[in-house]
This record gives sequence, C-alpha cells and structure tokens, in this order.
Amino acid sequence: MPELTLATLVAQVFTGLVLGMILVLLAIGLSLIFGLMTVVNFAHGSLYMLGAYLGFFLIGYTKSFWLALVVAPLLVGAFGFGIERFLVRRLYGRSIDDPLLLTFGLSLVMIEAARLIWGKIGLTLDPPRELAGAVDLGFTYFPLYRLFVIGVTVVVLLALYLFLEKTNVGLIIRAGSRDPLMVRALGFDLGRVWLLVFGIGAALAGLAGILAGPMRGVYAEMGVTIVIESFVVVVVGGMGSLVGAIVAGIVMGEVVSLTTLFAPKFAEIMVFIVMALVLLVRPSGLFGEAGLME
Amino acid sequence: MKSALDQRNRAAPVLTRWIARRPVVAFVVVFAVFPFVVPYKALATQVLIYGLFALGFNLLYGYTGLLSFGHAAYWGLGAYGTGIALAKLKVGSLWLALGAGLGLAVLGGAVIGFFCLRRRGIYFAMLTLAFAQLLYFVGFHLADWTGGDDGLRGIDVPPLRLPGITIPLDTSLAFYYFAFGLVALAVAALKRILDSPFGAVLQAIRENSGRAAACGYDIGRVKHLSFVFSALFAGLAGALDALRLNVVPIESLYWTTSGQVVIMTLLGGAGTFFGPFVGAATFLVLEDRLAIFTESWPLVIGAIFMAFVLFLPKGIWGTLLARFGA
Repeated sequence: MPELTLATLVAQVFTGLVLGMILVLLAIGLSLIFGLMTVVNFAHGSLYMLGAYLGFFLIGYTKSFWLALVVAPLLVGAFGFGIERFLVRRLYGRSIDDPLLLTFGLSLVMIEAARLIWGKIGLTLDPPRELAGAVDLGFTYFPLYRLFVIGVTVVVLLALYLFLEKTNVGLIIRAGSRDPLMVRALGFDLGRVWLLVFGIGAALAGLAGILAGPMRGVYAEMGVTIVIESFVVVVVGGMGSLVGAIVAGIVMGEVVSLTTLFAPKFAEIMVFIVMALVLLVRPSGLFGEAGLME
Repeated sequence: MKSALDQRNRAAPVLTRWIARRPVVAFVVVFAVFPFVVPYKALATQVLIYGLFALGFNLLYGYTGLLSFGHAAYWGLGAYGTGIALAKLKVGSLWLALGAGLGLAVLGGAVIGFFCLRRRGIYFAMLTLAFAQLLYFVGFHLADWTGGDDGLRGIDVPPLRLPGITIPLDTSLAFYYFAFGLVALAVAALKRILDSPFGAVLQAIRENSGRAAACGYDIGRVKHLSFVFSALFAGLAGALDALRLNVVPIESLYWTTSGQVVIMTLLGGAGTFFGPFVGAATFLVLEDRLAIFTESWPLVIGAIFMAFVLFLPKGIWGTLLARFGA
C-alpha cells in the first residue's frame, strides 16, 4: 500500500468521482428507460462498448477527438432507436421479463460482433492532446482528462434536467412514466416518446463509453461488469429516480475507489455489500418509493 | 382428487396433461439409451448435467415466475463445494463430497434468496445477477481455496460405494450412468414437488401472486422455498460437472454460465417439464456443431435466442406440446 497522505486520499476521492460519473451516465439511461417503459435494457453495457469502439473508429477516421465525442454518442443513440423500434417494441404487452431476455441475447450478439469487427485484443484510446497532462490542484496533481470527464457529465446532466423539467417533451416523458394510459387518452403518441427516450438512454451509454475509453481501455466485454454495477446503482438509488441514480452512482464510485486504496482485493466486492446493506435497511432504494413500478 | 386435477387442467392444460403422462418414466427410457444415440458419450453426460441445471432454473422461472439471472452462483457453489472437499480437504467419500456441494448451494440459495426476494419483479433479476457477480469476485480472490483464475484443479473422483458394492467411475460410461441415477432421482423429486400442494401454490404465484396471497398462502415463504429447491438442483448439477471435468473453472461462477441456463431453458420451453432437457441438448449440439465452422458461435446462438424470444416464446418443446395438444 502506498503511504497514505491527505494528497493521495483526495486524489482517490477524485478518481472515485470520475468512476461515479460514468456509472451515473449509465444508470440514468437505464432508469429513464425503465421508468417510462418498464424495460430493463441488458444491452446497455453493449451500447457503452459500442460508444467506445465507434469513438476509436471515428478518432482514427476524422483525427478529431472532439468530433468523435459528439458523433459517437449520436450514432449509438440512433442504434438505440433501432433497438426500440424493431425489437423491444414487439414485446410491449408481454411479460416484463421478455425485453430483458431479448436485450440479453442482443448483448451476446453485439459482444461477439465487436470481436469479429475490431478483434479480440483490447484497444487503447488516447485522450486528445489538449487534455493530456495533469492539473496542479495545489496539494496533488490530477489528470486533466479526468477533470474533463467530470465537467462533461455535469453539463450533460444539467442539460438533461432542463430538458425533462422545462420543455414540453420533457413534461410528456414525466407524465408518461407516471400514467401512460392518461397521456395516451390526452392524445399524445407515446410510441414516439418511447423511441426518443430509448435513444437518449442509448446515447448517454455511448457517451459514457467514449469517455471511459481512454481511462479503462476498449474491449468487447468492457460493458459487462459495468452494466452490472449500474444495475446495482439503480437498485441502490431507487428505480426510476434520477436523483437516486446520481447520488448512488457517485457513492458507488467512491466506494470502489476508496476500497481500492485501503483493501484492493475487496474493491469489486464492496459494491455488492453496500447494495445488500441498502436492501436490508431500505428495500426500495435510497430515493425509491416503496411499491412504485414493481 | 379427480376434480382437483380437472381444475388444473383448465388452468394449464398442456402442462398438466404432459405431467399426467409420466414424464419420469419418459426421462428414464430416453436417457438410458441416450449415450448410444449421440455422436459421442461426453456430449451425453453434458446434456444430462446441463439439463438438470436447466431443470432447477425452470422450477424458479418456468413454474414460480421468478427470472433469475444469477444461477451461476448455485452451480458454482455446488461445483466448488464438491471440488474443494475432494481436492483440498481430501475427503475420500463421494457422497460426502457431493453433500458438501449441495450444502453450500442450499446455503447460498437460502441467503441470496432472502435478499433478492425483498424486491419483486424486474429488480429480482438484477439482484440475482448482482449476487452471482459478487460470488464470482469472491471466488476469484479466494485463490487459496478456489485456485482463482486458474480454476480448481486436482479433483480425483473416488469410487462409488454402495452397500455391498464398490464401483469405480473411471470410464465415461460408468460416470454417465452414475450421473443418470442421480439426475433421475432429481427428476422424480421435482415431479413430486410439482405434484404436491406446494407445487400448485408455486404455479398459482406465477399466474397471479396477489390472488395466491389473498387465498391465504404465505407467498414470501413459498417463493423462498422454491428458490432454495432451485439452488439445490443447480448445485447438484454443478457438483456433477466438477466430477465430470475434474476441474472447476472460475467461469462456473461467471454471468455467462447464468446466461447459458437461461438460453437453454427458453430454447427448450420454460414451464414445461421436459423442456430444459430439450433445450440443453439443443444448445450443446448447436455449440458443438457451430464451433467447427466459426469461432463466433455465441453470435449465432445469441441471434437464435433472440428469435425465440420474439417469435417462439414457448420454446421447442412448449410449441410441440401446444401444437399436438399432448
């Protein structure tokens, strides 16, 4: 174990925040999709993987990280449209388990397809030159790219908040997750809203993927472990609660990061222990309402 | 008694009619000659063991309506329990080693089931997956006991000791019939469970859990019991697989194992008695044949699975039953 100073501790807290941001981006998408359509999207991790690979491809093709950062999530979002329109939509009205089963199959296909297209060996994604290096925080140095990830996530979350709270479409989305039948009775086409929300969720996963690429590497199975952790975040935060997803995501990021510092072997395990504790104390999650959407 | 059967006939005609046709006898007849029908005997043993695994999963998903995405946990606990007893603790008795695996799987099922059943619906699937992943990481880091990443090696199968006779299990055919005996017992036990009043309550919970609760059944306890039984069957399958392979790979606890049993059960037909074996055979034969042509066989199996979810949700066996009204 490295010598524990305040500086290493603070640096580790920042690292946890960065991981937390990635988890938040994934969990918010999962939670949005679930809240509106009661669909658990197992393929969310594969969309994250797709975002990272498309980012890699686009950076190579356009030589611009910035362009890739915008275009890759949009492409993943478009892919999400396709999943909703041609696959998930066929299953509305069937058992709540069926979309989960279908997207599980889809994620197997996507992982294997990524291996076929991009090879079995992991790729490395370099952060752009502008974001290389570290910032002096006064007491410690912190990689500039990681601060950038925190910044991007905050901006995206803010934009999402404004979209959901201040626009008419956002109003319909919120109403749709509360009472879809009533929204339909009022004459709104929920099909288009579902499509949009699935696309937004997918785009957020794609963004998380390209952001995480330079930190965690790009490989076909990269989405599996993190999607399970995102499930845990959603359960801990309370399904359908956006605030819950944000708080729980950051908490889980810190849990992993700080456990890595003190007891590295327990880092992956602690997430699940925290989850078990929350389930014992508050079965509906930190911000979930009991009995909602079960 | 007759009228009670008629009542259920109306609720799930296909299922009840099939069960009424003595599936245990059918199982014994088919699998008694199975190793001589398939291309090679190793495949027959695999179908038997994975079929049992799917049978256990099916008790929970097909009959109780609870989708577990973490059955690797009980398969893995059964495998490691038996493997550790033989390879690390040097237990000389086959029965004791199997008991260790079963005990561990049941214990795991009881504890994990308690946590997962605190949430209903779709949370349940996510929680089972999370707990299985927890066990995977525990297995990975507890390398002194589990062998970690390299897997648990050096599992020697002791001879089978029955009263008055000792049979070595060193040939694949001997091992097949040993596994066959145990799986046949498990199949008979499952049939007994499903035919009991408890089994009827399970299916009532699947159809309408609110109504089952209103009828005065303690559905929390019944679900928990179903979870533990399911873990028991999965654990026995895992223990047998440890004996078959003489090694427990760490992937036993990985999510891919959980996914495999989900795919097998749905291919065969969830909620049908024989479906899990049909699904296991289909999956393993497909895997075996596809691997010759392409390394990317999971892509093909994944696509077939998606097509089944979309267009053939009853699975192969379930569709046959529905079509012929057997």
